[in-house]
Amino acid sequence: MADLSVNFAGIRAPNPFWLASAPPTNSGAQIHRAFEHGWGGAVWKTIGAPVLNISNRYGGLTIGGQRLLAINNVELISDRPLDVNLREIAEIKRLWPDRAVIVSAMVDASPEAWREIVMMIEDTGADGIELNYGCPQGMSERGMGAAVGQVPEMCELNTHWVTSITKLPVIVKLTPNVTHITEPAHAAIAGGANALSLINTINSVMSVDLDTLQITPNIGGRGTHGGYAGPAVKPIALNMLTELLTDEGVLRSGVPVCGMGGIVTWKDAAEFLLLGAGAVQVCTAAMHYGYRIVEDMIDGLGNWMDDKGFATIADVSGRALPQMSSFGQLDLGYQAVARIDPDKCIQCNLCYVACNDTAHQCIDLVAGNGVRVDPGYDVRVNGRAVADTRPTPVVREPDCVGCALCANVCPVDGCITMVSVPSTQENISWDALTAQRPEIATSWDAMMAYRKEQGIEIH
Amino acid sequence: MTDHALVDDAQTPHAGFPFDPRFAPTHPPLSAHEAAVEANRCLYCYDAPCIQACPTHIDIPTFIRKIATDNLRGSARTILEANFLGGTCARVCPVEELCEGACVLNSEEKPIAIGRLQRHAVDHVQERGLQMFTAGTPTGRKVAVVGSGPAGLSVSAELAKLGHAVTLLEKRELGGGLSTYGIIVLREPVEVSLQEVEAVQALGVTVETGRELTDQAGLTALLDEYDAVFLGLGLGAVPAMGIPGEEHLIDGLQYIEDSKIAPDCLPDAVNIVVIGAGNTAIDAATIARRRGADVTMLYRRTDSEMTAYRHEYEFALSEGIQYRFLTQPVRVISEDGKVTGVECVKMVLGVPDTGGRPRPNPLPGSEFVVPCDAVISAIGQEKPALANELGLDVSGGYIVVNHDMQTSLPRVYAGGDCVRLRGTASTVMAVQDGKYAAVAIHQQLSQTQEAPHG
Repeated sequence: MADLSVNFAGIRAPNPFWLASAPPTNSGAQIHRAFEHGWGGAVWKTIGAPVLNISNRYGGLTIGGQRLLAINNVELISDRPLDVNLREIAEIKRLWPDRAVIVSAMVDASPEAWREIVMMIEDTGADGIELNYGCPQGMSERGMGAAVGQVPEMCELNTHWVTSITKLPVIVKLTPNVTHITEPAHAAIAGGANALSLINTINSVMSVDLDTLQITPNIGGRGTHGGYAGPAVKPIALNMLTELLTDEGVLRSGVPVCGMGGIVTWKDAAEFLLLGAGAVQVCTAAMHYGYRIVEDMIDGLGNWMDDKGFATIADVSGRALPQMSSFGQLDLGYQAVARIDPDKCIQCNLCYVACNDTAHQCIDLVAGNGVRVDPGYDVRVNGRAVADTRPTPVVREPDCVGCALCANVCPVDGCITMVSVPSTQENISWDALTAQRPEIATSWDAMMAYRKEQGIEIH
Repeated sequence: MTDHALVDDAQTPHAGFPFDPRFAPTHPPLSAHEAAVEANRCLYCYDAPCIQACPTHIDIPTFIRKIATDNLRGSARTILEANFLGGTCARVCPVEELCEGACVLNSEEKPIAIGRLQRHAVDHVQERGLQMFTAGTPTGRKVAVVGSGPAGLSVSAELAKLGHAVTLLEKRELGGGLSTYGIIVLREPVEVSLQEVEAVQALGVTVETGRELTDQAGLTALLDEYDAVFLGLGLGAVPAMGIPGEEHLIDGLQYIEDSKIAPDCLPDAVNIVVIGAGNTAIDAATIARRRGADVTMLYRRTDSEMTAYRHEYEFALSEGIQYRFLTQPVRVISEDGKVTGVECVKMVLGVPDTGGRPRPNPLPGSEFVVPCDAVISAIGQEKPALANELGLDVSGGYIVVNHDMQTSLPRVYAGGDCVRLRGTASTVMAVQDGKYAAVAIHQQLSQTQEAPHG
C-alpha cells in the first residue's frame, strides 16, 4: 500500500486529508471524533475576536434533485471563547500527537493583536498557524478576513507581524474574491509565509425563494451575501491552484500549497494533488455526509496510487502540472473529431440537437437503410416497435471541428469519443505563428490567406 | 415547491361511490419527491421515440421536463393538449407496449415511469379543478356526438376548442363510457373518468345522459338538427357461448361494472371460474380474487396465444389467479339453480387459423369438471349491432371508416372500439380517433357553404 503520509511545510500527518477550518472543526470533541475516523489533520475553526452568530446560516444549491452541490454560509469565526478553544486544542494535540493540528486565527490588523494570539497558539503545542485572510462576509466588514486578503499590502504586513514572532509554520489562506490570485500570494510570501492554502469561500447570493420571495438563507426577512463552497466550486479552486503553481514568484519561493474547494472524494483530492497541492482540506463534503467519508478517501487514494505505481504523495504531487499551458502555446494543428459508437448509442439524439442547434451542424440522423433523414415522426405509426427503426446519429467527420460538445452531452459512458486524427495543418502555436507572421493577428486578409494556404475551411 | 399534497386515491373513499379497500388502486400516486427524482432521470431526448410510440403523440419529454422544473400546470397542459383523456390514459394505457416500451433507457436500465409521471401532472390540475382550455370562438356549427366514452369525449373536446357547439349523447346514467363502467377501480377510480366528462362540459359541451340512439330514424333526426354526427358506440356485451347452462354465466363486463358502481350486487362465490384470457378476463378475475374467491381462468389456447398483455398476465399470477390452458368449457353444471361446476374438454392446438394463431381442437373423451359456484364469461365483446341498423357499411362487424374517420354516410363519423382502423382497441387509440375525426369534421364544417343546421 502506498505511503499517504505528508510533510507539509514541516507539518506532519499520516495522510493528506485535513478538515478545513469551518464548522466541522468547531470543538475538541468534534475533532477527536474526526481523528477517530482517520482524518490526517484538522485546521481548527478560526479563533479570534468575540463574535455573535445569527440564524439561519446556510443556503444550499440543488440541481436536478442533487442536493448541496454547493453551500453558502453567513457564519462567522468561532463563537466559543478563546480560552475554551485553546484548552481543547492543547488537549487534542496531546491525545493525537501524530495528527496535524493547525489553528486558524483572525484578529484585528495590529501587531499587538497578532502577537497576543500567536503566543497563545504556540502554548497549545499546535503544529501550525493558518491566517484566515479569506472570510468574505461578517468579519471583512470589521477589517479582517477578506479585507486583509484582498489588499496585498495588508496581507504582507499582517503576515509579517505573525511570521516575525513565531517559529511555527505559517499558512496564509487566500481569498478567491480577487482578480489575480497571485497578487495576495506574492504578498503573503513577501510577508514570510511558509505555505499557502486556497480557496476560501467565494462571494455569493445563493437563491431567492419563489414562494416567499425571500433571499435564502432568510435571516429574519433579510438576506446577505455569503461564502460559496462545495462541489460546484472545484474547477475554480483547481484553476487558482494551477495559477499559483505555474507562477514564477510562487515557484521560486518554494512554498507548498494546501488545496481546497469542492473536494468530496479521493478522486477530487487526487486531482488537487496532481496539480501540485501538498495536502488537501475538506469541509462541505464532511458537512454533507459526516466524518466517515474519510475512510473511502484514504482507501481510494491508496488503491489508485498502487494501481498507478505512486509510492508517496510527493510522487503524485504536481504530476499533471507540466501540461498546464497558455492558449498561445497550444498546437493549432492538433485535430480531433467526435466518433459515435453505434453499438453503445441509445438514440437519445442529444448529440444531434446540441450539434445542430448550438455547435457546427455536423451530425446527421441516418436511417437503417443508410439514408440521411430529418427528425420527425409519422403520426400514423406508433407502438414500442418504433424504437427499433429509429435513425442513428452519425458524425460527418470532415465537417467536425472537434468542439467535443456532443461527447459532453452524451449520457452513455464511452459512446462518443474524441479521436485524434492526422493533422492536415501545420503544427504550430499561436505564439510561434504570430512571431513569424505578425500580420496574421492584425489583418483578416492575412488570416484568410493563411487559412487558404493550410486548407482550413470554416464550416 | 408549492403545496403538492395529492389526494391519495389508494386511501380516500370516493365521494358518492361505494369504496371497497380491497379494490384500492394497485399503483399509489407518486409523491412529489418521487416524481421529481423520476423526472430528473429522463434524458429529455430530442425527437424522442416515446412521442412517436404514443398513439396520441404526447410530447412526453416536454411534459416530464416541466415536472422536473416544478411547472406541473404546464406539464398537464402539454399532456392534455395532445390527449384530453390524459388522466385516464395515465392509468390504463399499456405503457409497456407504447411509450415506456420505446424509452431509450430500456437498453441500459429501467425506462422512465412515463405513465405514473403523466398521472402526477394530470392529477395536479384535476384535483384543483383547473381547466386548461377554453372554448373556441363560436362558429355557429353544431355537432352531435353519440357515446361519451373516450372517443366521444376526445372528439367533443377538440371540436369545442375549435368553437363548434357540441351535444354529447350518452345512453347511460353516467358519462365516461368504458372509463367509467369498464375499467376496474384498481386501475381507474370512477372519479377520474367523471372529471374528464366535467372537463368537456366546462368547454361548453352539452352532455345529455339517458339518450340512446337506437335506429335509423334517430340518426336522420340528428343529421337534421346537427351539421355532423360522430358515433362513438363502443362494443356490446360479452357474446353468448352457445353452451348448455349459458343462463348461469355472469357477463364479465357487467361484473366489472357492478364492482365499480354497485359492488353489493356481486355474487359471494368462493370458487369462481373465468372464461377467457384477455385483459377484461384478467380484470374480472382480479376483482373476484380481491373479494376473496379462488379464481381459475380457462383458456382454450396456451399462454403464448393469450390476448392479454404479458404484464397483465404476470400481474394475474402475482394475485394468485390460477390458469388452465387448453381447456374449453362445454357446459355449465347446476343443481337447483345453483352453479356447481363447469364441464370442460381438453384442447390440442392445430394449424394456424386466419389470424395466425393455432386453432384449438377438442380432444375427444377428455371431458372433466372444474367445480365452482360462479362462472364469469369474458370471451370478448359483441360488435355494434346498431351499425347495421343505421345503414352503415360494416366490415367484420366493425363500422367502416376512412382515415378521416368518415363512415359510408355523409356527415357521419365514427371512432373508438366500434371501428377497427388501427391495431388493437385501446383507450388511447379511441382518443386519437376522436382527434382525427375532430380535424376532419372541422375541415368539413369550415368548407361547407350551406346554412348551419338547427
